[in-house]
Amino acid sequence: MNKKNYWLTGLFSIVCAIYLFPLAVLVINSFKDKQAITGRVFHLPTKETFVGLQNYLRGITSINFFQSIGYSFIVTVLSVLLILLCTSMCAWFIERVGGRFCRWIYYLFVFSMVVPFQMVMFTLPYVADRLGLTAPWSIPLVYLGFGAGLSVFMFTGFVKSIPLSIEEAAMIDGCTPLSTFFRVVLPIMKPTYISVAILQAMWIWNDYLLPTLVLDKTKGYYTIPMAIQSAMTDSYGSVDYGAFMALLVLAVLPVILFYILGQKHIIKGVISGAVKG
Amino acid sequence: MNKTLKRWFPIFLLPTLAAFLIGFVVPFFIGLYLSFCEYGTVENATFVGFANYVRVFTADSQFWYSFGFTALFTLVSVVLINVIAFAVALGLTRGIRGTNFFRTVFFMPNLIGGIVLGYIWKMIINYGVLIPLFGKDLSYSTAYGFWGLVLVVAWQQIGYMMIIYISGLQSVPEEQIEAAKIDGAGWWQTLRSVTLPMVMPSITICTFLTLTNSFKLFDQNLALTDGKPFRTTEMLAMCIRNTYGTTPKSHGTAQAMAVVFFLIVAIIALLQLRSTKEKEVQQ
Repeated sequence: MNKKNYWLTGLFSIVCAIYLFPLAVLVINSFKDKQAITGRVFHLPTKETFVGLQNYLRGITSINFFQSIGYSFIVTVLSVLLILLCTSMCAWFIERVGGRFCRWIYYLFVFSMVVPFQMVMFTLPYVADRLGLTAPWSIPLVYLGFGAGLSVFMFTGFVKSIPLSIEEAAMIDGCTPLSTFFRVVLPIMKPTYISVAILQAMWIWNDYLLPTLVLDKTKGYYTIPMAIQSAMTDSYGSVDYGAFMALLVLAVLPVILFYILGQKHIIKGVISGAVKG
Repeated sequence: MNKTLKRWFPIFLLPTLAAFLIGFVVPFFIGLYLSFCEYGTVENATFVGFANYVRVFTADSQFWYSFGFTALFTLVSVVLINVIAFAVALGLTRGIRGTNFFRTVFFMPNLIGGIVLGYIWKMIINYGVLIPLFGKDLSYSTAYGFWGLVLVVAWQQIGYMMIIYISGLQSVPEEQIEAAKIDGAGWWQTLRSVTLPMVMPSITICTFLTLTNSFKLFDQNLALTDGKPFRTTEMLAMCIRNTYGTTPKSHGTAQAMAVVFFLIVAIIALLQLRSTKEKEVQQ
Protein backbone atom coordinates (compact mmCIF):
# COMPACT_ATOMS: atom_id res chain seq x y z
CA MET A 1 0.00 0.00 0.00
CA ASN A 2 1.50 3.32 -1.02
CA LYS A 3 1.33 6.73 0.54
CA LYS A 4 -1.47 7.97 -1.71
CA ASN A 5 -3.79 5.25 -0.43
CA TYR A 6 -3.25 6.25 3.19
CA TRP A 7 -4.23 9.73 2.18
CA LEU A 8 -7.44 8.33 0.64
CA THR A 9 -8.26 6.36 3.78
CA GLY A 10 -7.87 9.55 5.77
CA LEU A 11 -10.13 11.49 3.42
CA PHE A 12 -12.82 8.81 3.52
CA SER A 13 -12.65 8.66 7.30
CA ILE A 14 -13.47 12.37 7.43
CA VAL A 15 -16.33 11.97 4.93
CA CYS A 16 -17.58 9.02 6.95
CA ALA A 17 -17.60 11.11 10.10
CA ILE A 18 -19.60 13.82 8.29
CA TYR A 19 -21.98 11.12 7.07
CA LEU A 20 -22.61 9.78 10.55
CA PHE A 21 -22.76 13.24 12.11
CA PRO A 22 -26.54 13.79 11.69
CA LEU A 23 -27.30 10.48 13.38
CA ALA A 24 -24.87 11.23 16.20
CA VAL A 25 -26.48 14.63 16.74
CA LEU A 26 -29.86 12.95 16.82
CA VAL A 27 -28.87 10.40 19.44
CA ILE A 28 -27.12 12.99 21.65
CA ASN A 29 -30.09 15.34 21.56
CA SER A 30 -32.52 12.61 22.46
CA PHE A 31 -30.95 12.68 25.95
CA LYS A 32 -31.10 16.46 26.35
CA ASP A 33 -33.70 18.68 27.92
CA LYS A 34 -36.15 20.02 25.32
CA GLN A 35 -35.16 23.66 25.88
CA ALA A 36 -31.50 22.76 25.37
CA ILE A 37 -32.21 21.20 21.96
CA THR A 38 -33.59 24.21 20.15
CA GLY A 39 -30.98 26.50 21.66
CA ARG A 40 -27.79 24.50 21.15
CA VAL A 41 -28.31 21.49 18.97
CA PHE A 42 -24.59 20.75 18.54
CA HIS A 43 -23.72 20.92 22.24
CA LEU A 44 -23.15 17.80 24.30
CA PRO A 45 -25.50 17.37 27.25
CA THR A 46 -24.23 18.89 30.50
CA LYS A 47 -25.19 18.00 34.04
CA GLU A 48 -28.12 20.44 33.86
CA THR A 49 -29.41 19.47 30.43
CA PHE A 50 -29.03 15.69 30.63
CA VAL A 51 -32.44 14.13 31.25
CA GLY A 52 -31.75 10.42 30.90
CA LEU A 53 -34.63 8.51 29.38
CA GLN A 54 -37.32 11.09 30.12
CA ASN A 55 -37.65 12.08 26.45
CA TYR A 56 -38.09 8.47 25.50
CA LEU A 57 -40.80 7.92 28.09
CA ARG A 58 -42.70 11.06 27.01
CA GLY A 59 -42.32 10.18 23.32
CA ILE A 60 -43.50 6.62 23.71
CA THR A 61 -46.58 7.54 25.71
CA SER A 62 -47.52 10.60 23.61
CA ILE A 63 -48.08 8.72 20.35
CA ASN A 64 -48.59 5.15 21.50
CA PHE A 65 -45.27 4.19 19.97
CA PHE A 66 -45.34 0.46 20.65
CA GLN A 67 -48.72 0.15 19.01
CA SER A 68 -47.40 1.92 15.91
CA ILE A 69 -44.33 -0.25 15.69
CA GLY A 70 -46.61 -3.27 16.02
CA TYR A 71 -48.80 -2.07 13.16
CA SER A 72 -45.75 -1.29 11.02
CA PHE A 73 -44.45 -4.76 11.75
CA ILE A 74 -47.75 -6.49 10.91
CA VAL A 75 -48.20 -4.54 7.67
CA THR A 76 -44.62 -5.10 6.50
CA VAL A 77 -44.29 -8.77 7.40
CA LEU A 78 -47.71 -9.83 6.12
CA SER A 79 -47.32 -7.83 2.91
CA VAL A 80 -43.86 -9.18 2.16
CA LEU A 81 -44.89 -12.79 2.83
CA LEU A 82 -47.99 -12.42 0.68
CA ILE A 83 -46.06 -10.76 -2.14
CA LEU A 84 -43.34 -13.45 -2.08
CA LEU A 85 -45.77 -16.36 -2.15
CA CYS A 86 -48.31 -15.03 -4.65
CA THR A 87 -46.07 -13.26 -7.15
CA SER A 88 -43.52 -16.09 -7.38
CA MET A 89 -46.31 -18.58 -8.15
CA CYS A 90 -47.82 -16.12 -10.59
CA ALA A 91 -44.47 -15.51 -12.32
CA TRP A 92 -43.79 -19.24 -12.69
CA PHE A 93 -47.26 -19.78 -14.15
CA ILE A 94 -46.92 -16.89 -16.61
CA GLU A 95 -43.53 -18.04 -17.80
CA ARG A 96 -44.33 -21.77 -18.07
CA VAL A 97 -47.83 -21.57 -19.56
CA GLY A 98 -47.05 -18.73 -21.97
CA GLY A 99 -49.57 -17.89 -24.66
CA ARG A 100 -51.17 -14.61 -25.54
CA PHE A 101 -53.16 -14.18 -22.30
CA CYS A 102 -50.12 -14.58 -20.07
CA ARG A 103 -48.03 -12.30 -22.22
CA TRP A 104 -50.63 -9.56 -21.94
CA ILE A 105 -50.81 -9.92 -18.17
CA TYR A 106 -47.04 -9.79 -17.99
CA TYR A 107 -46.93 -6.55 -20.01
CA LEU A 108 -49.59 -5.09 -17.73
CA PHE A 109 -47.42 -5.89 -14.70
CA VAL A 110 -44.37 -4.29 -16.32
CA PHE A 111 -46.48 -1.26 -17.24
CA SER A 112 -47.57 -0.86 -13.60
CA MET A 113 -43.93 -0.43 -12.56
CA VAL A 114 -43.80 2.86 -14.45
CA VAL A 115 -46.97 4.34 -12.95
CA PRO A 116 -46.32 6.69 -10.01
CA PHE A 117 -48.50 6.35 -6.93
CA GLN A 118 -50.00 9.82 -7.53
CA MET A 119 -51.93 8.39 -10.47
CA VAL A 120 -54.01 6.19 -8.15
CA MET A 121 -53.71 8.10 -4.88
CA PHE A 122 -57.31 9.40 -4.99
CA THR A 123 -58.96 6.27 -6.39
CA LEU A 124 -57.06 3.46 -4.65
CA PRO A 125 -58.24 4.52 -1.15
CA TYR A 126 -61.80 4.61 -2.52
CA VAL A 127 -61.57 1.07 -3.89
CA ALA A 128 -59.83 -0.20 -0.73
CA ASP A 129 -62.47 1.43 1.45
CA ARG A 130 -65.35 -0.11 -0.53
CA LEU A 131 -63.78 -3.54 -0.09
CA GLY A 132 -62.99 -3.01 3.60
CA LEU A 133 -59.22 -3.28 3.16
CA THR A 134 -58.47 -0.57 5.71
CA ALA A 135 -56.93 -2.53 8.60
CA PRO A 136 -53.26 -3.45 9.09
CA TRP A 137 -54.09 -7.11 8.45
CA SER A 138 -56.00 -6.45 5.22
CA ILE A 139 -53.85 -3.71 3.66
CA PRO A 140 -51.31 -6.36 2.54
CA LEU A 141 -53.75 -7.18 -0.27
CA VAL A 142 -53.42 -3.58 -1.48
CA TYR A 143 -49.64 -3.82 -1.28
CA LEU A 144 -49.73 -7.11 -3.19
CA GLY A 145 -51.72 -5.38 -5.92
CA PHE A 146 -49.72 -2.19 -6.18
CA GLY A 147 -46.34 -3.85 -5.63
CA ALA A 148 -46.88 -6.91 -7.83
CA GLY A 149 -45.24 -5.37 -10.91
CA LEU A 150 -41.62 -5.32 -9.74
CA SER A 151 -41.84 -8.71 -7.99
CA VAL A 152 -43.43 -10.52 -10.92
CA PHE A 153 -40.84 -8.91 -13.20
CA MET A 154 -37.92 -10.06 -11.04
CA PHE A 155 -39.27 -13.59 -10.54
CA THR A 156 -40.05 -14.10 -14.25
CA GLY A 157 -36.52 -13.00 -15.06
CA PHE A 158 -35.21 -15.75 -12.82
CA VAL A 159 -37.65 -18.47 -13.93
CA LYS A 160 -36.39 -17.99 -17.51
CA SER A 161 -32.97 -19.20 -16.38
CA ILE A 162 -34.24 -22.43 -14.74
CA PRO A 163 -33.87 -25.41 -17.10
CA LEU A 164 -37.26 -26.90 -17.97
CA SER A 165 -35.94 -30.47 -17.73
CA ILE A 166 -35.74 -30.37 -13.91
CA GLU A 167 -39.42 -29.56 -13.58
CA GLU A 168 -40.41 -32.06 -16.25
CA ALA A 169 -38.53 -34.80 -14.43
CA ALA A 170 -40.44 -33.95 -11.25
CA MET A 171 -43.76 -34.04 -13.12
CA ILE A 172 -42.97 -37.42 -14.68
CA ASP A 173 -42.14 -38.72 -11.22
CA GLY A 174 -45.71 -37.90 -10.29
CA CYS A 175 -45.51 -34.44 -8.75
CA THR A 176 -48.51 -32.16 -9.17
CA PRO A 177 -47.73 -28.61 -10.35
CA LEU A 178 -48.17 -27.44 -6.76
CA SER A 179 -45.63 -29.85 -5.31
CA THR A 180 -43.28 -29.27 -8.25
CA PHE A 181 -43.37 -25.59 -7.44
CA PHE A 182 -42.79 -25.95 -3.72
CA ARG A 183 -40.27 -28.79 -3.83
CA VAL A 184 -38.30 -27.97 -6.97
CA VAL A 185 -38.79 -24.39 -8.17
CA LEU A 186 -38.98 -22.58 -4.84
CA PRO A 187 -35.62 -23.82 -3.48
CA ILE A 188 -33.87 -22.86 -6.72
CA MET A 189 -35.30 -19.34 -6.57
CA LYS A 190 -34.09 -18.64 -3.02
CA PRO A 191 -31.71 -15.77 -3.97
CA THR A 192 -34.52 -13.97 -5.82
CA TYR A 193 -36.84 -14.42 -2.83
CA ILE A 194 -34.29 -12.69 -0.62
CA SER A 195 -33.79 -9.82 -3.07
CA VAL A 196 -37.51 -9.25 -3.56
CA ALA A 197 -38.18 -9.50 0.18
CA ILE A 198 -35.57 -6.85 0.97
CA LEU A 199 -36.70 -4.42 -1.72
CA GLN A 200 -40.35 -4.72 -0.75
CA ALA A 201 -39.67 -4.58 2.99
CA MET A 202 -37.64 -1.36 2.58
CA TRP A 203 -40.45 0.19 0.57
CA ILE A 204 -43.37 -0.89 2.77
CA TRP A 205 -41.75 -0.17 6.14
CA ASN A 206 -40.94 3.40 5.10
CA ASP A 207 -44.05 4.07 3.03
CA TYR A 208 -46.01 7.06 4.22
CA LEU A 209 -48.60 8.14 1.67
CA LEU A 210 -50.31 4.83 0.92
CA PRO A 211 -51.04 3.78 4.52
CA THR A 212 -52.05 7.36 5.40
CA LEU A 213 -54.70 7.32 2.70
CA VAL A 214 -55.84 3.72 3.04
CA LEU A 215 -55.66 2.79 6.75
CA ASP A 216 -58.62 3.69 8.96
CA LYS A 217 -57.10 6.33 11.24
CA THR A 218 -60.26 6.64 13.34
CA LYS A 219 -59.41 3.19 14.71
CA GLY A 220 -55.89 4.33 15.60
CA TYR A 221 -54.09 2.46 12.84
CA TYR A 222 -50.87 4.49 12.61
CA THR A 223 -47.65 3.06 11.17
CA ILE A 224 -44.29 4.51 12.23
CA PRO A 225 -43.95 7.11 9.44
CA MET A 226 -47.57 8.18 10.02
CA ALA A 227 -47.03 8.46 13.78
CA ILE A 228 -43.87 10.57 13.29
CA GLN A 229 -45.66 12.87 10.87
CA SER A 230 -48.64 13.33 13.17
CA ALA A 231 -46.39 13.91 16.22
CA MET A 232 -44.95 16.86 14.30
CA THR A 233 -48.07 18.33 12.69
CA ASP A 234 -50.77 17.69 15.29
CA SER A 235 -49.05 19.79 17.93
CA TYR A 236 -49.23 23.15 16.10
CA GLY A 237 -46.03 24.94 16.95
CA SER A 238 -45.62 23.60 20.48
CA VAL A 239 -43.68 20.50 19.48
CA ASP A 240 -41.94 18.69 22.33
CA TYR A 241 -38.55 18.42 20.61
CA GLY A 242 -37.09 16.21 23.31
CA ALA A 243 -39.76 13.57 22.84
CA PHE A 244 -39.62 14.05 19.09
CA MET A 245 -35.86 13.39 18.95
CA ALA A 246 -36.34 10.25 21.02
CA LEU A 247 -39.06 9.07 18.63
CA LEU A 248 -36.80 9.63 15.62
CA VAL A 249 -34.09 7.54 17.30
CA LEU A 250 -36.61 4.78 17.99
CA ALA A 251 -37.82 4.91 14.39
CA VAL A 252 -34.29 4.59 13.00
CA LEU A 253 -33.18 1.86 15.41
CA PRO A 254 -35.04 -1.15 13.92
CA VAL A 255 -33.85 -0.22 10.44
CA ILE A 256 -30.21 -0.01 11.54
CA LEU A 257 -30.50 -3.38 13.32
CA PHE A 258 -32.01 -4.93 10.20
CA TYR A 259 -29.15 -3.48 8.16
CA ILE A 260 -26.44 -4.77 10.47
CA LEU A 261 -27.95 -8.26 10.47
CA GLY A 262 -28.53 -8.61 6.75
CA GLN A 263 -26.04 -6.19 5.22
CA LYS A 264 -24.66 -8.54 2.57
CA HIS A 265 -28.10 -9.61 1.35
CA ILE A 266 -29.42 -6.05 1.39
CA ILE A 267 -26.67 -4.70 -0.84
CA LYS A 268 -27.01 -7.67 -3.20
CA GLY A 269 -30.78 -7.25 -3.33
CA VAL A 270 -30.48 -3.57 -4.14
CA ILE A 271 -28.08 -4.25 -7.00
CA SER A 272 -30.28 -6.90 -8.61
CA GLY A 273 -33.36 -4.71 -8.18
CA ALA A 274 -31.65 -1.70 -9.71
CA VAL A 275 -30.22 -3.52 -12.68
CA LYS A 276 -33.56 -5.03 -13.59
CA GLY A 277 -35.87 -2.24 -12.54
CA MET B 1 -46.91 -29.91 -18.59
CA ASN B 2 -48.29 -26.82 -20.21
CA LYS B 3 -51.84 -28.17 -20.28
CA THR B 4 -51.81 -29.69 -16.81
CA LEU B 5 -50.49 -26.45 -15.39
CA LYS B 6 -53.17 -24.39 -17.12
CA ARG B 7 -55.84 -26.06 -15.03
CA TRP B 8 -54.11 -24.81 -11.88
CA PHE B 9 -54.83 -21.22 -12.90
CA PRO B 10 -57.01 -20.45 -9.82
CA ILE B 11 -54.20 -21.32 -7.41
CA PHE B 12 -51.19 -19.89 -9.20
CA LEU B 13 -52.46 -16.84 -11.02
CA LEU B 14 -55.77 -15.78 -9.53
CA PRO B 15 -54.65 -14.38 -6.12
CA THR B 16 -52.09 -12.01 -7.61
CA LEU B 17 -54.38 -11.11 -10.49
CA ALA B 18 -57.29 -10.29 -8.17
CA ALA B 19 -55.10 -8.13 -5.93
CA PHE B 20 -53.59 -6.48 -9.00
CA LEU B 21 -57.06 -5.55 -10.21
CA ILE B 22 -57.95 -4.07 -6.81
CA GLY B 23 -54.64 -2.38 -6.14
CA PHE B 24 -53.76 -1.15 -9.58
CA VAL B 25 -55.92 -1.79 -12.66
CA VAL B 26 -59.29 -0.60 -11.34
CA PRO B 27 -57.94 2.52 -9.53
CA PHE B 28 -55.87 3.35 -12.59
CA PHE B 29 -58.80 3.32 -14.99
CA ILE B 30 -61.20 5.04 -12.60
CA GLY B 31 -58.50 7.69 -12.19
CA LEU B 32 -58.12 8.06 -15.92
CA TYR B 33 -61.90 8.44 -16.31
CA LEU B 34 -62.22 10.89 -13.42
CA SER B 35 -59.59 13.16 -14.95
CA PHE B 36 -62.27 13.95 -17.56
CA CYS B 37 -64.95 14.54 -14.92
CA GLU B 38 -66.11 17.07 -12.41
CA TYR B 39 -66.87 15.22 -9.21
CA GLY B 40 -67.34 15.37 -5.48
CA THR B 41 -67.42 11.65 -4.89
CA VAL B 42 -66.76 8.88 -7.39
CA GLU B 43 -70.50 8.08 -7.66
CA ASN B 44 -71.70 11.50 -8.80
CA ALA B 45 -69.06 12.30 -11.42
CA THR B 46 -70.17 14.21 -14.53
CA PHE B 47 -68.19 14.01 -17.74
CA VAL B 48 -66.71 17.37 -18.75
CA GLY B 49 -64.24 16.41 -21.46
CA PHE B 50 -60.88 18.13 -21.40
CA ALA B 51 -61.94 20.95 -19.05
CA ASN B 52 -59.69 19.69 -16.22
CA TYR B 53 -56.67 19.47 -18.49
CA VAL B 54 -57.34 22.94 -19.86
CA ARG B 55 -57.37 24.18 -16.26
CA VAL B 56 -54.11 22.41 -15.47
CA PHE B 57 -52.35 23.93 -18.45
CA THR B 58 -53.81 27.43 -18.32
CA ALA B 59 -55.43 28.50 -15.06
CA ASP B 60 -53.32 26.62 -12.55
CA SER B 61 -50.00 28.39 -12.40
CA GLN B 62 -48.99 26.38 -9.31
CA PHE B 63 -48.66 23.25 -11.43
CA TRP B 64 -46.22 24.93 -13.81
CA TYR B 65 -44.35 26.52 -10.96
CA SER B 66 -43.99 23.13 -9.28
CA PHE B 67 -42.96 21.61 -12.58
CA GLY B 68 -40.18 24.16 -12.96
CA PHE B 69 -39.07 23.76 -9.35
CA THR B 70 -39.06 19.96 -9.68
CA ALA B 71 -37.16 20.08 -12.97
CA LEU B 72 -34.48 22.38 -11.53
CA PHE B 73 -34.22 20.29 -8.38
CA THR B 74 -33.96 17.12 -10.46
CA LEU B 75 -31.22 18.58 -12.65
CA VAL B 76 -29.11 19.71 -9.69
CA SER B 77 -29.57 16.56 -7.64
CA VAL B 78 -28.96 14.14 -10.55
CA VAL B 79 -25.66 15.81 -11.45
CA LEU B 80 -24.53 16.18 -7.84
CA ILE B 81 -25.44 12.66 -6.73
CA ASN B 82 -23.92 10.93 -9.75
CA VAL B 83 -20.66 12.88 -9.77
CA ILE B 84 -20.06 12.35 -6.04
CA ALA B 85 -21.20 8.71 -6.08
CA PHE B 86 -18.91 7.96 -8.99
CA ALA B 87 -15.96 9.67 -7.34
CA VAL B 88 -16.56 7.76 -4.09
CA ALA B 89 -16.88 4.49 -6.03
CA LEU B 90 -13.55 5.18 -7.76
CA GLY B 91 -11.91 5.71 -4.37
CA LEU B 92 -13.45 2.58 -2.90
CA THR B 93 -12.33 0.23 -5.69
CA ARG B 94 -8.61 0.78 -5.10
CA GLY B 95 -8.35 -1.70 -2.27
CA ILE B 96 -7.72 0.89 0.44
CA ARG B 97 -7.92 0.09 4.14
CA GLY B 98 -11.45 0.23 5.53
CA THR B 99 -13.23 -0.09 2.18
CA ASN B 100 -15.96 -2.34 3.55
CA PHE B 101 -16.64 -0.12 6.52
CA PHE B 102 -16.90 3.01 4.36
CA ARG B 103 -19.23 1.26 1.94
CA THR B 104 -21.47 0.14 4.79
CA VAL B 105 -21.70 3.63 6.26
CA PHE B 106 -22.33 5.41 2.96
CA PHE B 107 -25.13 3.04 2.03
CA MET B 108 -26.95 3.20 5.36
CA PRO B 109 -29.06 6.40 4.95
CA ASN B 110 -30.91 4.66 2.11
CA LEU B 111 -32.77 2.43 4.47
CA ILE B 112 -34.17 5.28 6.55
CA GLY B 113 -37.54 6.43 5.29
CA GLY B 114 -38.12 9.84 3.75
CA ILE B 115 -40.31 11.19 6.56
CA VAL B 116 -37.87 10.29 9.35
CA LEU B 117 -34.90 11.44 7.28
CA GLY B 118 -36.56 14.74 6.47
CA TYR B 119 -37.22 15.53 10.13
CA ILE B 120 -33.69 14.58 11.24
CA TRP B 121 -32.27 17.06 8.76
CA LYS B 122 -34.89 19.68 9.50
CA MET B 123 -33.79 19.72 13.15
CA ILE B 124 -30.11 19.97 12.23
CA ILE B 125 -30.49 22.57 9.49
CA ASN B 126 -32.87 24.76 11.50
CA TYR B 127 -31.45 24.59 15.01
CA GLY B 128 -27.86 23.83 14.11
CA VAL B 129 -27.22 26.17 11.20
CA LEU B 130 -29.89 28.60 10.05
CA ILE B 131 -31.31 29.88 13.33
CA PRO B 132 -27.96 30.37 15.17
CA LEU B 133 -26.26 31.94 12.12
CA PHE B 134 -29.03 33.91 10.40
CA GLY B 135 -31.89 33.86 12.87
CA LYS B 136 -34.18 32.35 10.21
CA ASP B 137 -35.41 28.84 9.53
CA LEU B 138 -36.06 26.71 6.43
CA SER B 139 -39.49 28.20 5.89
CA TYR B 140 -37.96 31.69 5.45
CA SER B 141 -36.86 31.40 1.83
CA THR B 142 -37.27 29.23 -1.26
CA ALA B 143 -33.51 28.95 -1.69
CA TYR B 144 -33.07 27.52 1.81
CA GLY B 145 -35.71 24.90 1.10
CA PHE B 146 -34.27 24.07 -2.30
CA TRP B 147 -30.73 23.48 -1.07
CA GLY B 148 -32.01 21.72 2.02
CA LEU B 149 -33.84 19.25 -0.19
CA VAL B 150 -30.78 18.77 -2.39
CA LEU B 151 -28.67 18.06 0.70
CA VAL B 152 -31.13 15.52 2.13
CA VAL B 153 -31.59 13.67 -1.14
CA ALA B 154 -27.86 13.62 -1.83
CA TRP B 155 -27.12 12.28 1.65
CA GLN B 156 -29.69 9.57 1.12
CA GLN B 157 -28.95 8.45 -2.42
CA ILE B 158 -25.19 8.81 -2.90
CA GLY B 159 -24.59 5.48 -1.14
CA TYR B 160 -27.09 3.62 -3.29
CA MET B 161 -25.63 4.91 -6.54
CA MET B 162 -22.11 4.28 -5.22
CA ILE B 163 -22.97 0.58 -4.78
CA ILE B 164 -24.11 0.33 -8.41
CA TYR B 165 -21.02 2.20 -9.65
CA ILE B 166 -18.75 -0.06 -7.60
CA SER B 167 -20.25 -3.19 -9.15
CA GLY B 168 -19.82 -1.57 -12.57
CA LEU B 169 -16.20 -0.61 -11.92
CA GLN B 170 -15.36 -4.07 -10.64
CA SER B 171 -16.39 -5.57 -13.97
CA VAL B 172 -13.78 -3.51 -15.88
CA PRO B 173 -10.99 -5.95 -16.79
CA GLU B 174 -7.71 -5.20 -15.04
CA GLU B 175 -5.70 -5.91 -18.22
CA GLN B 176 -7.34 -3.07 -20.13
CA ILE B 177 -6.31 -0.54 -17.50
CA GLU B 178 -2.79 -2.01 -17.43
CA ALA B 179 -2.59 -1.88 -21.24
CA ALA B 180 -3.62 1.77 -21.24
CA LYS B 181 -0.97 2.58 -18.64
CA ILE B 182 1.73 0.78 -20.65
CA ASP B 183 0.69 2.77 -23.70
CA GLY B 184 1.45 5.89 -21.69
CA ALA B 185 -2.01 7.06 -20.75
CA GLY B 186 -2.23 9.21 -17.62
CA TRP B 187 -4.81 8.80 -14.84
CA TRP B 188 -7.34 11.17 -16.39
CA GLN B 189 -6.92 9.75 -19.88
CA THR B 190 -7.37 6.17 -18.63
CA LEU B 191 -10.50 7.21 -16.78
CA ARG B 192 -11.98 9.00 -19.76
CA SER B 193 -11.07 6.60 -22.55
CA VAL B 194 -11.09 3.21 -20.83
CA THR B 195 -13.06 3.22 -17.58
CA LEU B 196 -15.95 5.54 -18.47
CA PRO B 197 -17.00 3.73 -21.66
CA MET B 198 -16.87 0.43 -19.80
CA VAL B 199 -19.18 1.60 -16.98
CA MET B 200 -21.67 3.33 -19.30
CA PRO B 201 -24.44 0.81 -18.38
CA SER B 202 -24.08 1.71 -14.69
CA ILE B 203 -24.14 5.41 -15.54
CA THR B 204 -27.38 4.96 -17.49
CA ILE B 205 -29.01 3.03 -14.65
CA CYS B 206 -27.97 5.52 -12.00
CA THR B 207 -28.96 8.55 -14.05
CA PHE B 208 -32.46 7.24 -14.60
CA LEU B 209 -32.85 6.03 -11.03
CA THR B 210 -31.91 9.43 -9.64
CA LEU B 211 -34.03 11.13 -12.29
CA THR B 212 -37.24 9.27 -11.39
CA ASN B 213 -36.49 9.37 -7.65
CA SER B 214 -36.08 13.15 -7.70
CA PHE B 215 -39.06 13.67 -9.93
CA LYS B 216 -41.39 11.63 -7.73
CA LEU B 217 -40.04 12.96 -4.42
CA PHE B 218 -42.74 13.45 -1.81
CA ASP B 219 -41.90 12.29 1.74
CA GLN B 220 -38.71 14.32 2.13
CA ASN B 221 -40.49 17.33 0.67
CA LEU B 222 -43.33 16.99 3.16
CA ALA B 223 -41.09 16.57 6.20
CA LEU B 224 -38.43 19.14 5.36
CA THR B 225 -40.28 22.11 3.88
CA ASP B 226 -43.96 21.18 3.48
CA GLY B 227 -43.97 23.60 0.54
CA LYS B 228 -43.10 26.59 2.70
CA PRO B 229 -42.80 29.51 2.20
CA PHE B 230 -46.13 29.99 0.38
CA ARG B 231 -46.04 26.79 -1.71
CA THR B 232 -42.76 27.87 -3.34
CA THR B 233 -40.90 24.68 -2.44
CA GLU B 234 -43.77 22.45 -3.45
CA MET B 235 -42.73 19.73 -5.87
CA LEU B 236 -45.09 18.06 -8.36
CA ALA B 237 -46.16 15.12 -6.20
CA MET B 238 -47.03 17.46 -3.35
CA CYS B 239 -48.73 19.96 -5.65
CA ILE B 240 -51.11 17.20 -6.79
CA ARG B 241 -51.96 16.30 -3.20
CA ASN B 242 -52.43 19.91 -2.11
CA THR B 243 -54.60 20.80 -5.08
CA TYR B 244 -57.11 18.07 -4.23
CA GLY B 245 -59.99 19.46 -2.21
CA THR B 246 -59.17 23.16 -2.29
CA THR B 247 -62.14 24.19 -4.50
CA PRO B 248 -65.25 22.35 -5.75
CA LYS B 249 -63.60 21.70 -9.11
CA SER B 250 -60.23 20.73 -7.66
CA HIS B 251 -60.82 16.96 -7.49
CA GLY B 252 -60.88 16.66 -11.26
CA THR B 253 -58.01 19.11 -11.66
CA ALA B 254 -55.81 17.16 -9.26
CA GLN B 255 -56.61 13.90 -11.03
CA ALA B 256 -55.78 15.48 -14.39
CA MET B 257 -52.47 16.70 -12.93
CA ALA B 258 -51.78 13.14 -11.79
CA VAL B 259 -52.32 11.89 -15.34
CA VAL B 260 -49.93 14.50 -16.75
CA PHE B 261 -47.44 13.58 -14.01
CA PHE B 262 -47.76 9.91 -14.93
CA LEU B 263 -47.16 10.69 -18.61
CA ILE B 264 -43.98 12.62 -17.79
CA VAL B 265 -42.65 9.74 -15.66
CA ALA B 266 -43.63 7.25 -18.40
CA ILE B 267 -41.70 9.27 -21.01
CA ILE B 268 -38.59 9.21 -18.80
CA ALA B 269 -38.96 5.42 -18.42
CA LEU B 270 -39.38 4.95 -22.18
CA LEU B 271 -36.22 6.97 -22.83
CA GLN B 272 -34.38 4.70 -20.41
CA LEU B 273 -35.68 1.58 -22.13
CA ARG B 274 -34.53 2.90 -25.50
CA SER B 275 -31.07 3.85 -24.31
CA THR B 276 -30.52 0.43 -22.70
CA LYS B 277 -31.71 -1.28 -25.89
CA GLU B 278 -29.27 0.75 -27.99
CA LYS B 279 -26.41 -0.26 -25.73
CA GLU B 280 -27.32 -3.93 -26.04
CA VAL B 281 -27.18 -3.67 -29.82
CA GLN B 282 -23.73 -2.13 -29.70
CA GLN B 283 -22.25 -4.84 -27.51
